[in-house]
Amino acid sequence: METTKLPPTSPSSPTTGFSVPSAEKVDGFPRRSMRRARQRRSHSSSQFRYQSSQVELTPLPLLKDAPVAELHNLFCKKLQQCCVLFDFLDCVADLKGKEIKRAALNELVESVATSRGVLIEPLYPEAIKMISVNIFRTLPPSENPEFDPEEDEPTLEASWPHLQLVYEFFLRFLESPDFQPSMAKRYVDQKFVLQLLELFDSEDPREREYLKTILHRVYGKLLGLRAYIRKQINNIFLRFIYETEHFNGVAELLEILGSIINGFALPLKSEHKQFLVRVLIPLHTAKSLSIFHAQLAYCVVQFMEKDATVTEYIIRGLLKYWPKTCTQKEVMFLGEIEEILDVIEPSQFIRVQEPLFKQITACISSPHFQVAERALYFWNNEYILSLIEENSQVILPLVFTTLYRVSKEHWNQTIVSLIYNVLKTFMEMNSKLFDDLTASYKCHLVSFSE
Amino acid sequence: MQHKSKMAGADGDDSLYPIAVLIDELRNEDVQLRLNSIKKLSTIALALGVERTRTELLPFLTDTIYDEDEVLLALAEQLGNFTMLVGGPEYVHCLLPPLESLATVEETVVRDKAVESLRKISQEHSPVDLEVHFEPLVKRLASGDWFTSRTSACGLFSVCYPRVSSTVKAEIRQHFRTLCSDDTPMVRRAAASKLGEFAKVLELDYVKSDIISLFTALASDEQDSVRLLAVEACVSIATLLPQEDLETLVMPTLRQAAEDKSWRVRYMVADKFSELQKAVGPEITKNDLVPAFQNLLKDCEAEVRAAAANKVKEFCENLPEDSRETIIMTHILPCVKELVSDTNQHVKSALASVIMGLSTILGKDNTVEHLLPLFLAQLKDECPEVRLNIISNLDCVNEVIGIRQLSQSLLPAIVELAEDAKWRVRLAIIEYMPLLAGQLGVEFFDEKLNTLCMAWLIDHVYAIREAATCNLMKLVEKFGAEWAQNTIVPKVLGMANDPNYLHRMTTLFCINALSEVCGQDITTKQMLPVVLKMSNDQVANVRFNVAKSLQKIGPVLDSNALQTEVKPVLEKLDTDTDMDVKYFAQEAISGKYTTLSIFFLYEVASLGPLHLVILIHFSP
Repeated sequence: METTKLPPTSPSSPTTGFSVPSAEKVDGFPRRSMRRARQRRSHSSSQFRYQSSQVELTPLPLLKDAPVAELHNLFCKKLQQCCVLFDFLDCVADLKGKEIKRAALNELVESVATSRGVLIEPLYPEAIKMISVNIFRTLPPSENPEFDPEEDEPTLEASWPHLQLVYEFFLRFLESPDFQPSMAKRYVDQKFVLQLLELFDSEDPREREYLKTILHRVYGKLLGLRAYIRKQINNIFLRFIYETEHFNGVAELLEILGSIINGFALPLKSEHKQFLVRVLIPLHTAKSLSIFHAQLAYCVVQFMEKDATVTEYIIRGLLKYWPKTCTQKEVMFLGEIEEILDVIEPSQFIRVQEPLFKQITACISSPHFQVAERALYFWNNEYILSLIEENSQVILPLVFTTLYRVSKEHWNQTIVSLIYNVLKTFMEMNSKLFDDLTASYKCHLVSFSE
Repeated sequence: MQHKSKMAGADGDDSLYPIAVLIDELRNEDVQLRLNSIKKLSTIALALGVERTRTELLPFLTDTIYDEDEVLLALAEQLGNFTMLVGGPEYVHCLLPPLESLATVEETVVRDKAVESLRKISQEHSPVDLEVHFEPLVKRLASGDWFTSRTSACGLFSVCYPRVSSTVKAEIRQHFRTLCSDDTPMVRRAAASKLGEFAKVLELDYVKSDIISLFTALASDEQDSVRLLAVEACVSIATLLPQEDLETLVMPTLRQAAEDKSWRVRYMVADKFSELQKAVGPEITKNDLVPAFQNLLKDCEAEVRAAAANKVKEFCENLPEDSRETIIMTHILPCVKELVSDTNQHVKSALASVIMGLSTILGKDNTVEHLLPLFLAQLKDECPEVRLNIISNLDCVNEVIGIRQLSQSLLPAIVELAEDAKWRVRLAIIEYMPLLAGQLGVEFFDEKLNTLCMAWLIDHVYAIREAATCNLMKLVEKFGAEWAQNTIVPKVLGMANDPNYLHRMTTLFCINALSEVCGQDITTKQMLPVVLKMSNDQVANVRFNVAKSLQKIGPVLDSNALQTEVKPVLEKLDTDTDMDVKYFAQEAISGKYTTLSIFFLYEVASLGPLHLVILIHFSP
């Protein structure tokens, strides 16, 4: 895309003594968000490519005034009316039509949510068609090619005033007491679900929120689609991890998976274990981990609570992918390890304690104080402390030298005092071993300096 | 560790000790050590000899496949060059087991490297070994459980197909077909991306019977990421088929791709347009691609329009000569005109980077009548990138109509860019100055642009001042020392008296840049006195830059000036109260010593003891 050959950013900064025009920021560049605002697309979106000529909408009678015999027919007409799409990038185009559709959608939502007996079989294909026509679209290219979900404001969907009501209708439709999965499954099929999943890449968080609830309902009600949904989510994640590193809806999909995992039957099927080892654990390598880490850690812990035997896979996996340079991610990993240790079974703890505490020791000696601090906080956790105490014969020799050395060397006073507390705890825990280690360390130091 | 003792050192052979260490390090806990050792794998193998490499080292390596990805990547790469180390082509199949495992790991870069190495060593297999060892491996990968091995298999079909028997060929085709309709999109993507390559090694009949149906299926896959890869394959396939088959076998799919509902697929078509055009030939281009190209130029997504705009020149260049001008004038130019006022700046700037190229194709008259207004409009565009792209391509127009036609509009555009609020824009236009100066000529330059070049010297951004000094040097290279002496040197030297110390320093930076191109005479007579005078500046930064400048211009000066003028000043600066000034004065003195010493060593013999004293004095 970038065709001009502008020189790279940040050459040596201007020397002092100049006044910078106040309109400019320090580097003379407006913030990205401002830049973007000016480039708003004014071409219509891909969605309208095939709707050749705009249909003129005429208001229909209100649903609530319709005689019972007419109700279904009118409902159906309204659904058809709502299949007409409007261009929201041109905000003044066809205001009347937009208003008619909005009102019709509102009525449909209202009707499906409150009145009983509306959802009869012939309406299913019409309803699903209306939903498909409105929500399924190729998402437009991101307006900001280097979109950083943490830094930048997302591009909001322009047609949201209608889209929201369509989603609302879909949700009410799925939640209606009249909803019959056996009828719906003919229309909400694999192809439908695949398109639904692709929409999770939407940059608009409001849309993803609706999609999340809707997919959850679909998963809950249409049992035949469950395996397929899981498999497609797998594919999205694998593509995200190994191919594109870009997908906006990872957090939302993980949230759904969190509750899916919760419902897994025991013993875990190998398909599910494979998902844990080959998808969830490698997800930790993503650059944008911070956006979905909470949901990911939740899924991981859910797995452990289901079946303690996966613990070793998880811990060894995390150790394999331990961040080497990104301290922010290291703090997240430590947070996740603490969540895991909180629910770990003592027998499992013994299997991983050595490699785990080697890593924790490395974190304690990190020059980045937040990493060291996060690792040292483990000693404030009573359950972890009890695990350490039970295994102090193994753990203390692993960490002792580092603790001792860092307590003398670390630049940050908070870290030094935290380490003193840890050393004190160890001393109280196993004074014999502690004294032995101190003696041999001093001995080692002496022989070293000689 | 057992492996180590078994492999080396057990027989007490001391000469293998370094190798034992390397092998030991293959097991070390530190990733970096393991990595270093893996990178020296060929040394280890060489020392062990071919037989032990085959029987001991390779099985050991096959066991280490559970290592860090970084180590695995290095291993995968090494094994591709291992043929001689295992005993030549006869034994090359020994390398297959470790590479097979590497081709199934999760990490894409490792897998890709393993496939690359496998492709490489496949060529070293005899046809028999290829069927006995290599092809079964491909089959195993192609029917692997996890998608990674099937993905890797896609890249291996084309290397073994040409060299196996027809029965095995049939099997390979069958496997490829299966992978093209694989359940996971990752595998379908891998297959789609290798479709063109595989088509090239197939017999034409099979291209028509097998490949076309796979191509059609992949091009209408449910996932756009698969469909767009089929567009790439389209180029290779169309090249392979005889012209008369293209219409029925390829064109329906290509037309469909150009109108795909996903903008990514349309983008791909636009991006590959020149290749497609060459592959389908002039007739289809005239009938089909011209309207398709028009649609892409008018696409509703800016990404697609920009990709198409980028191809405008190439597309026009490759049109059949008999109808080129008509097609451009009646079909392409109207779209181009619209793009000039597109709402998206990327589209306009993509167009601006190629539009000038049309002038050579359309010739003088058309350029003046039809293109010139567009160039002028783009020169006035609100977006600086667009203007820059036009200016950076001026040479194309220069050849056809001469730059004079443009110069009246050029000037305001340049001036505006030169004063743009964004320093990066200013920086970019500075870089085109030498080019512009060359095309507009010295007169026009002196009259219109010289002031700009001098104004940049006092820009408030250092990067601009720096670029401006460099620009002056390039201008002098173009226009010569005499021009420099008359036009820029006086202005540069004048700045030495500026109240702002940053401007005074700019004088020094300019002198650093200009001394060499201006030559000894100007440097000694005009620049040196100014530099020396500045050694009394009240700002320490200026003084230490004097020291730096003296070091820099030293080689240009004559020996007399060095001794009588430069040396005392440097000595004075060496006693400066400021630490940094002293430091740079010393640097200059010792630096001078190295540049001058050679000079003195020549002179010493002829001139006698005085110079020897100087030589000793200068030495630290």
